[in-house]
Formats: sequence, C-alpha cells, structure tokens
Amino acid sequence: MNALVHPSIVLATARRVLQQIRRDRRTVALVLLVPVVLLALLKYVFDTQPQVFQRIGPPLVGLFPLILMFIITSIAMLRERTNGTLERLMSMPLAKLDLLLGYGLAFAVVASIQALVTALVAFGALGLETAGPVWLVILLAVANAILGMALGLLVSAFATSEFQAVQFMPAVLMPQFFVVGLFAPRDHMAAPLEAASNFLPLTYAYEALAKAAANDIDGRFWIDIGVGMGCVALALVFGALTLKRRTA
Amino acid sequence: MTTTVATPPELAAIEIEHLNVRRGGKAILPDLSLSIRRGAVTGLLGPSGSGKTTLMRAIVGVQQVADGSLSVLGIAAGDPELRRRVAYVTQAPSVYADLTVTENLRYFASVLGAPHDDVGRVIGLVGLEPQAGQVVGTLSGGERSRTSLAAALLGQPELLILDEPTVGLDPTLRRDLWRTFHELADGGTTLVVSTHVMDEASYCDELVLLRRGEVIANAPPNALLERTGTSNLEDAFLALAAGHQDVASGGGS
Repeated sequence: MNALVHPSIVLATARRVLQQIRRDRRTVALVLLVPVVLLALLKYVFDTQPQVFQRIGPPLVGLFPLILMFIITSIAMLRERTNGTLERLMSMPLAKLDLLLGYGLAFAVVASIQALVTALVAFGALGLETAGPVWLVILLAVANAILGMALGLLVSAFATSEFQAVQFMPAVLMPQFFVVGLFAPRDHMAAPLEAASNFLPLTYAYEALAKAAANDIDGRFWIDIGVGMGCVALALVFGALTLKRRTA
Repeated sequence: MTTTVATPPELAAIEIEHLNVRRGGKAILPDLSLSIRRGAVTGLLGPSGSGKTTLMRAIVGVQQVADGSLSVLGIAAGDPELRRRVAYVTQAPSVYADLTVTENLRYFASVLGAPHDDVGRVIGLVGLEPQAGQVVGTLSGGERSRTSLAAALLGQPELLILDEPTVGLDPTLRRDLWRTFHELADGGTTLVVSTHVMDEASYCDELVLLRRGEVIANAPPNALLERTGTSNLEDAFLALAAGHQDVASGGGS
C-alpha cells in the first residue's frame, strides 16, 4: 500500500496528462511545428556557411525537445500546485513517484513524436546530414526530453506564478546553452566558464548528441549518457522531495 | 470549558485534543479540543477567518500542526492508511479544467483503486449525468464544485470532509445535496461540512460553532436553540458569540 511506485497509477497519470495535451490542439501544433520552423530558419541564416548548419543542426534536433519539455513540465506542475489537484492527489493513496513518472512517461511519448517529426524534416527536407545513425539522434532527443522534464519538475517547485515559471527557461537553460559548446568550443571559453560547464547537465547532453551525429561513439559518449541519466534521477528525487503532503 | 456534549469514544470518528496550529507566527487554532460523532452530518460554522478550513485540513492531515493530538477513525491524522478512507473537498474545485467530468473521475478512481462503475455512481449522486461528457472548464461554477465533490465520493470513503460544498448552488440542488449527505450518513459515513450559511446549519445533525479558532459550542441544532432561548440559529450563534465569556467560565446550562 505504501509502495514507492504503483505501476497502475503511473499509467493512469500518463494517460490523464496525454488526454490534457490532446485536448489542447494549439499546444500540439506548436510542439510539432516550432522545432521544425526554427531549424528551417537556421538553415537560411547560415545560407552561405552550410557547414555551420551541418555542425549545430543535429545537436539542436536533440536539444529542442529538452527546452520544450522543460517549459511545459514546469507550467503543468505549477498548475497542478495552484489549482489544488496536487493537494487532492497528495491526500490520496498515490506515491510521489507515481505522479513524477506518470508525467515522465506522458512527456516521453510527446517528445518521441516531436523528435521524430523534427528529424524527418531536418534530415529530409532540410538536407541535414550526420555521419552517425539518425535513430541514435532521435533516441537521444527523447532522452533529453526526459532530462528537460525532470529539470522542469524540479524548478517548478521554486515558482509561485506562471510569470516566474516561464522565466526559469532563460534563467536555467539559456546560460547552459551558451556554454555547452554550441556557440564556441568549450576550450575556447574563459577558464572559469569551461570549468563551470563541467557541472552542467546540458554539457553532457550536447556532447552525447554531437558525438552521435559525428559517429564518434567512445567511452566519453557513455560517460555523457551516464551523467545525463544520473541528472534525471537526481532531479526526480529532489522533485519528489518538493512535493509535500503537509503544508503550512 | 466549552459547551461540548460528551461523545463516547467508540462513537467518535474524530477525537482532537489540544490542537495547536500556527501560521506565520500567529495561532490560527490556539488550543482546540473536539469530538465528532460517527455516522452523522456535523456542520462546522463560523465567520470567515474563524479557522474552519485550517481545522478541516488538520483532520485530513495536510496541515502542518504545531501541537496536540488528532485521532481520525482511530488512527493518527495523516496516516497513509487514511488516504483511502478519508476524502476531502476544498473550497476551490480541485479538478482538471481541461478534462471532461468523466475523464477527471476516471483518473481519480484509478488513483484510489475504486472500481470503474463507481464513476457512474458518483456522477448520479451529484446530478451531473447531462454534463458527464463535458470539459470541466466549460461548466458553471456550481457544476465544477459538484465535479470536485463527486471525486471525493469515489471509493466510498468512511469520512468526508467538505469545505463549503454548496456555495453557488441553486436552492433545489442544495436541498438535493443535503439529502445525499444524510443518505450517506445513514449508510454509516461520517460527514464534516463547513458552511457560513446559517439556514444550512439546521440540516445538520450536530453543529460545531467556531470563533477565532475556538469552539464556542458543539451540540445538535435544537439543543443550541434551547440553550440560548432563540428561535433561529443565526440568533443562537450571536448569543453564543456574545456570551462566550460566561459560557467559558462555566455559566452555560
């Protein structure tokens, strides 16, 4: 009864979250179209430097789901807190991980579809090419979406309004984006930044994607995967700690 | 101390002793002792800010408590075992606005492990059959709060804590809901219902009058009228509030 996880409740929660997303047609359209449009935009921004698009394109296919899921999750969880449903669930026989894993499962489904659509367009119509297997990039995109979700769940605990929640994206994710090596190789950055980037989850997410795209699967790639999974687990555990049964 | 009617322990669904709840350095419930009868509809009355919601939250076990003991159905309040046996409806409807009534209830039924046909039963109890397939966000305020109430009825909990469940409902519906509450009580369910509408108080089997976090009376409606020599509960409440000092010093009956 006081199990850590109840699979049936995890599934029911995932189904409920998907029902909510499905009802919001515009959100579905945005989730599917935004990454595609942004990638197309980048292709023409680097019209005379196609090699730049070829370098940053594949990792971006994998990083877009992370950003989107981060934002969607932090808002969804904030709504759950403010509309009283979280308190209702906390007074029911639901384990905290049931809720978090339910969200994780639902958003993994959404992220898979998003990554698939993005990859189809990017590697088809936009002429993006990778040395490594495309399916690996898609798989990493889904894994990154789960990382984004876990981080979003965690930061939502520190937001008391939607205004705050949306700003966690620029506050938490943007700096990481700047230092992962997308804009400048990490060893070209100021030494303290390079050192700091070693402690940021996105560094590992980006590196794994870049390596997969370059077909450079070495020990370092598996370390990236391990660190990423560790971050998901940590964020979920801390996220669970922010769900309180009793409040003041 | 207070004008409390003694309830034999085996008949009490809730036993509270010296409950102390503080929020922001202020004592919301300074020292509250109370016993609530099993299988009855107990009305929790008091002006807003008197501590009704805080008391209900403490009984459900979602409120941080500074001191005191709270026994609910013979177990310490907030015990995981009670999550199946106690249901709580907050003032604001705690349901998903972007799901239909049925989808909401199906989800909560899965979480509670209640059978699937329970969804149809509770929709019937709150009279929402015509709206069952409608998205909650498109419902009226009263229909939304009935959806929230329906969710609490899932799995037939032994104790129902309802925070102002009839706000914004038309008189017919209000009467129907009170009838439902009594049917549930006849079936052995204990109900604690807060309200600030005095005419609803007369529908209750027992009344608990709360003022500034203190119980100023705990008795059936008739006994309160008799004791205060008034003809309606509004006057009875005013008399009790005014004479609280006398009653507290042992004047009483």
